[in-house]
Amino acid sequence: MTRALIITAPGINCDLELAEAFTLAGAEPFSVHINKLMRNPSLIDGADLIGFPGGFSYGDAVAAGRIMANLMRATLYEALVEAVRRGVPIIAPCNGFQIAVQIGLLPGPILGSDYSTTPPKPTVSLAQNTSARFIDKWVEFVVPSNSRCVWTKNLKVTPETSIIPIAHGEGRFVPRDEEVLQQLEESGQIACRYGSNDNPNGSVGDVMGICDGSGLVLGLMPHPERFLRTTQHPQWTRIEKQENEPLGLQMFRNAVAHTKQNNTQNCVEGAV
Amino acid sequence: MAMHRIEVHPTQGRADPRGEDALQKARAAGIETLPQKVDTTAVYLIEGDLDNTSISRLTDELLCDAVTETSSQGISTPHAESIIEVHPLPGVMDPSAQAVELAVYRILGKEVSVQTGWRYDFHGIETNVAEELVRKCLANEIVTGIHTTPFFPTEFEHGHAHDMSVPFIPLTTLSDDQLEKLSRDAHMFLDLEEMQTIQAHYKSLGREPREIELETLAQTWSEHCVHKTLKATIHFTGPCEDKRPGHDYHDGGSVTINNLLKCTVAAATHELMADGIDWCLSVFVDNAGIIAFDEDHAVCFKAETHNHPSALEPYGGAATGIGGCIRDIMGTGLAAKPIAATNVFCVANFDHEVPKACLKPRRILGEVVRGVRDYGNRMGIPTLNGSVWFDDRYVGNPLVFCGCVGVMPRDLISGDAQQGDRIIAIGGRTGRDGIHGATFSSAELTDTHADEFSHAVQIGNAITEKKALDAILEARDYEGGCLYNAITDCGAGGFSSAVGEMGEQVGATVQLDKAPLKYNGLTPSEIWISEAQERMVLAVSEENVAIIAEICERHDAELCDLGTFGTPEKELVLKYKDEEIGRLSMSFMHDGLPGTTKVARWTPKNETESGDKKIDVQAMLPRLLAHPNIASKQCIIEQYDHEVQGRSVIRPVVGPEGNGPSDAAVITPVRGSTRGLAIANGLATALEDDPYTIAASGIDECVRNIVCVGGDPSRIAILDNFCWPGAKDEESLGRLVRCSHGCYDAAKAYRTPFISGKDSLNNQFTTEGGETICIPPTLLISGFGIVHDIRTCTTMDAKTPGNVLVLVGETTTNMGGSFALQLEPEMNCDTVLPRVDLTQGPLNATAVHKVITSGLVRSAHDCSEGGLLLAAAEMAFSGNLGVKLDLPTEHSFETTCFAETPSRYLLEVEPSKLDALLTELESVHTTVVGTFTNDATVSVNDCSWNIDELRNAWLGGLQL
Repeated sequence: MTRALIITAPGINCDLELAEAFTLAGAEPFSVHINKLMRNPSLIDGADLIGFPGGFSYGDAVAAGRIMANLMRATLYEALVEAVRRGVPIIAPCNGFQIAVQIGLLPGPILGSDYSTTPPKPTVSLAQNTSARFIDKWVEFVVPSNSRCVWTKNLKVTPETSIIPIAHGEGRFVPRDEEVLQQLEESGQIACRYGSNDNPNGSVGDVMGICDGSGLVLGLMPHPERFLRTTQHPQWTRIEKQENEPLGLQMFRNAVAHTKQNNTQNCVEGAV
Repeated sequence: MAMHRIEVHPTQGRADPRGEDALQKARAAGIETLPQKVDTTAVYLIEGDLDNTSISRLTDELLCDAVTETSSQGISTPHAESIIEVHPLPGVMDPSAQAVELAVYRILGKEVSVQTGWRYDFHGIETNVAEELVRKCLANEIVTGIHTTPFFPTEFEHGHAHDMSVPFIPLTTLSDDQLEKLSRDAHMFLDLEEMQTIQAHYKSLGREPREIELETLAQTWSEHCVHKTLKATIHFTGPCEDKRPGHDYHDGGSVTINNLLKCTVAAATHELMADGIDWCLSVFVDNAGIIAFDEDHAVCFKAETHNHPSALEPYGGAATGIGGCIRDIMGTGLAAKPIAATNVFCVANFDHEVPKACLKPRRILGEVVRGVRDYGNRMGIPTLNGSVWFDDRYVGNPLVFCGCVGVMPRDLISGDAQQGDRIIAIGGRTGRDGIHGATFSSAELTDTHADEFSHAVQIGNAITEKKALDAILEARDYEGGCLYNAITDCGAGGFSSAVGEMGEQVGATVQLDKAPLKYNGLTPSEIWISEAQERMVLAVSEENVAIIAEICERHDAELCDLGTFGTPEKELVLKYKDEEIGRLSMSFMHDGLPGTTKVARWTPKNETESGDKKIDVQAMLPRLLAHPNIASKQCIIEQYDHEVQGRSVIRPVVGPEGNGPSDAAVITPVRGSTRGLAIANGLATALEDDPYTIAASGIDECVRNIVCVGGDPSRIAILDNFCWPGAKDEESLGRLVRCSHGCYDAAKAYRTPFISGKDSLNNQFTTEGGETICIPPTLLISGFGIVHDIRTCTTMDAKTPGNVLVLVGETTTNMGGSFALQLEPEMNCDTVLPRVDLTQGPLNATAVHKVITSGLVRSAHDCSEGGLLLAAAEMAFSGNLGVKLDLPTEHSFETTCFAETPSRYLLEVEPSKLDALLTELESVHTTVVGTFTNDATVSVNDCSWNIDELRNAWLGGLQL
C-alpha cells in the first residue's frame, strides 16, 4: 500500500482535505505532528508520498511559513532530501509551498547536481500579494509544455475545467534575479502558471508553482486538494457533464501512479 | 537583560505592498495632505541575553527574507521626512511576538521576550501630519502606542505583584442611592432591585460580601448572560392576536406576558416539536442549538454579536467576536468541529459625519472585515454567508454579528460535570484584558467609554484557539472514548461564568492561583472574571487528566488544573494559595435574580402618506444596484477563505464571472457524503415601522434563500439575534414584544424551529452634547437547512439563452420600506408595508423546493431587495446573458418592477419543460415574466440596459 505522510503543525488547517486527496487517489494517508516528527525524523523513511498541507503554520508570524520552515530546516532537511533521492513525490500547496522554498527543497539543486548537505539559502520567495490582501478565487491553471513535474504531467482538461482555487495573502512569486527565473524556465521547473490575464498576486512571470530538477517535489500556491469532486467546480451547475476527473484528483493520481512505477523499478533493480 | 532592536524592510527596488496599502487607506479616509510615498519596516524588539552570532542568525534565518528583504540592527537612518512607529501597548496580545518567542526558544533554547511593531517612513509630509494620518487610518490608540520617534526602550514593562487580598465590600448598611452608585462605579450595571436582593442575601448571611462575590453576581446576573428583559413579566398594550401562549388577556385590551422569550420564540419551537418535528436534538440549553444531520451526525449553529468592543476597536472586536462564537461550537455537547462561519455587519454610510469618540464607518467596516478574515482564515473555517447593512443610526454603535456552524457525532451531543471531576482549562493564558466585558456589553455606549472600557477590548490569537481545537478534538475522538465529561468555553465572565455554569448542579472549588497568567500582578478577582480569549474549560475525571495533558503537550496547547467539581453544599468556593477568598451558593447565583416586571406599548404607525412623483424606471435600476445595501459585497467575500476544508458545493459567489450573488451557501458537513447543508440569513430592518414584519419577513427571506439553492424547507432550523436600541422605555420594549410575536407566528407557519438565540438590548450612543443616537430595531435571522442530495442544488446565475423566466408568488402594490421608496420618498405609490402571507408563503417554498429537486429548474433566485426587475437583472448579468421581460400590467409599471413583496421566487426553465413546471406549480401563483437572451441586454417595456452597465453599477456600489 502506498503510504502518504502528512506533516501537521499548529495553525496547519488543510490536512484533512489533503488526506482525502491521497485516499481518493488510492494512497493511505497518515498525519504526523511536527513536534513528534522532529523527535523522530525516521518516520519519514516509511513514506512513499509526502504532503506539506496549507494553513497558517504558527500563525504565519514574521512571514508565511517562516517559523515552521526554520524548525524543519534544523531537524528534517536531511531526511526529506533522502526521501527525494528515494524517488518520493512531495506536494506542497500554499503554506506548504512557502515552507518548501524556505527549507531549501525548492527549487532545489541545479539540474544534474545533488542536494547540498546543509540547507541552501532560498533563491525564490513568496512575498505579500501586491494588493496587500488575502484573496480567495478560482484561477486559470496552465502547465508549460516543457514542465518536468511528475504531478502535473498529461492532465486531461478542457478550458472549462482547467481552473483551480487559490486562497492566500502571501503568494507573489519572486525569484532572486532574472537568472534564477531563466534557469527554472529552461530546466522545465516551472510546473504551472496563472493565465496571463489571471495573475491574482503579482507573481513574476505568472509563476503559480515550481518543481525541483527531478520533478518529484511540487510547490504551488493553489489548492489541488480542494478540487477532487465535480461538485467542487465553482460552475458545476452550468456544466452538462465534466468529461474528465477533476484537475486536483488527476494530480494526486499521477503521484500515486509514479510511486507504483518507482517501487517496481526498485524491485527490479533489487532483483538484478 | 539586554534589549535588541532588529529592523526588516523590503530591499530597495522591491515592492512594498504594505506601504501602498497605507497610502490607499489614507486616500480612502479623505486625508488632505498625502505623502508621496510610504516605506514600511517591521520592527522586532527582543529582550534577552543573546550574543551577536545568535542575533545575526535569528535575523538571517528567522526574521528576514533572503530574497526580498534587507535587515539592520538598532535604528536605521530615516529615509523620509517623518517616521511614525506603532507598537502594541503593554498587556495587549501580540500574536506574532508570541510565535517568535517560541521559535527563538526552539532554535536557540533561550527564553526571550519579544515585541513586534511597524515603522512607517513618510515621504513629503511633516511628523505631526504623519502622526494624524496614522491615528486616523493605521493604528488605534486603545491597543497601540503611536511613537513619533523610533521606539527602542531599555526594557519592557513587566507586571508587578500588588495587594492580592480580596476586600469585603460594606454593602448591608448602604442606602438605595449608595447601592445604585456602587453598581455604576464598580461597573456592575445592576438595577436597584437587584442590588437590594444582594443586600438582603448578605444580611441573612450576617456578613458583608467579598469583592469577588459581587463581581461574580454582577456577571452572572448581567443582561448579557441571563437576558433578564426577555424573561421579565411584561404588561403590554397594543394589538395582540388572541390566545397566545403564556399571555393573560385583560379587559381593555392589555395583556400580561410571563417571560416573553418563553412565550414566543421558545414556545414556537416546543409546539413544533410536540407537533411532529423530531429532528431538533438540543434547543436553547447549550452553547449552540443542535439538529440531526444524518443517522450518525448532528449539526449545530450559534450566532452572537460583539457590538460594543467593535465600536471601540473594530479589528480586535470582530476577531474576538468570531473567535468566541467558534468556541461556542467547540463547547457544544462534547465539542463539535467548526465547519462554517457567517457574519453580518451594520454600519453607517461612509459619507456620514461621525460624533466625537466614534470611528469613521469606512474604517470600522474595513477593520471588522480584516478581523473576521484574519481570525476565521487562520482557524481554517470557511466564511460562507453574510451581509452588510448601512444605516446612519449605526454610527456610534455598529453591529457585528458572527455565526458558526459545527458538526459532531450524534452520540456526543451532551455531557455533565461529575462529582470529583478536575476543572481543566485549555488554551490561552489569563490576563487583565477583557475585564467587565459582560457588564460592559449590557450598558449603553457614551463618548467616554473609549477611556473607561479599553480593558474590555481585546486582540485575539487564532493560533492559540486552533491548537486548543486540535487537542480537544483528539481528546474527544480518543480510541477509548471521549476523555472528558463536559466542556464549555470561557466567554463573557471568563472562568466565573464557565465554572459557574458547569458546576451549577454539583458545586465547585477553584484554586485561582493555578491559572497560568500572561503577566504578574493580577488580583484573584481579575483572574476570576477576566475574559481573556481562547480558553476552554473541561470536566475531566482524575484518571484521564494525564492523557489529555499529553495530547495538549503535543499540540503546544497549554493546560492547567484549576480545582474540583462537586462540593457538599453545592457551593462555589474560591481559593487563592489555599486561603478561601469567596463562597457563594449556586442556587443564589443562578436562581436568586429577582424577576422584574416591565411595561410595554406599541402603537401602529400610519403607513399611508404617499407622494405624487412619477419615477424613471430607466434611471432607477442602476441606482438600486449601486445602493450599498444591495451592491456586490465581492470586495469583502474574496478576502475570506470560503474553500478551506474542501466542503463547498455552492459558494457565496456564483456564475461564470465568479461574482453572482448566491442566495445561500451549501457545504458537505460529512466528507464524501452527498448530503448537504444550506446556510443563509434574513434581515428585514427596512420594515422597522412594524417590528412584527421585521420578524416575519426575515424568516421568509431566510427560507427563500435556502430553498433557492436546493434546501428542504421542512428541514430548516433558525436562530434569533435581537439588537435593540434599548428596552427600558415602553415604546422600545413594545416593539420588542411586537417583533417576538412575529417570530412566534412565522416560525409556526414555516415550521422552522428556533434552536438558539441571543440578544443585545442596549445599542445606543450618547454624544458629548448629550444627544442619544438609537440604532433601528434589528433582528437577524440565521438559518440552516438540509439538502438531501447536493447534486440537485441550483444557483441563481442564468444558464441558457431561450430559457423562460417564471415568477412564483403574487406581487402586491405595497411599496412601504422598499428601496425604490427610500431613493424616491415622493414616489407616487401605496406606501403600506408588504406583509408576509403566512399561509401562502410556506406553500410557495414547498412548491419551489419540489420543482428544484425534480430537476425542472436551471436557476433560481429569491426576489427581495430592489424587487422583480432587479432580481431578474442579477440573474442575467451573473450568467452573462440578457433577459427580455414582459411583465403583468395589473399594477403600475413602477410597482411591478420595484415592489418587494415577500415569498416570491424567480425560476429559469427550459421551454420544453415549461408546461411540466407550471403543472407542478398549480397550487401556487405563477407568471411567465420573460425569456433569457444572448444579446447582453436587459429590457422591459421601453427601457433597456446593457448587462455590463448594470454589473458595473452593482460591483461599484461598495468599495473597501
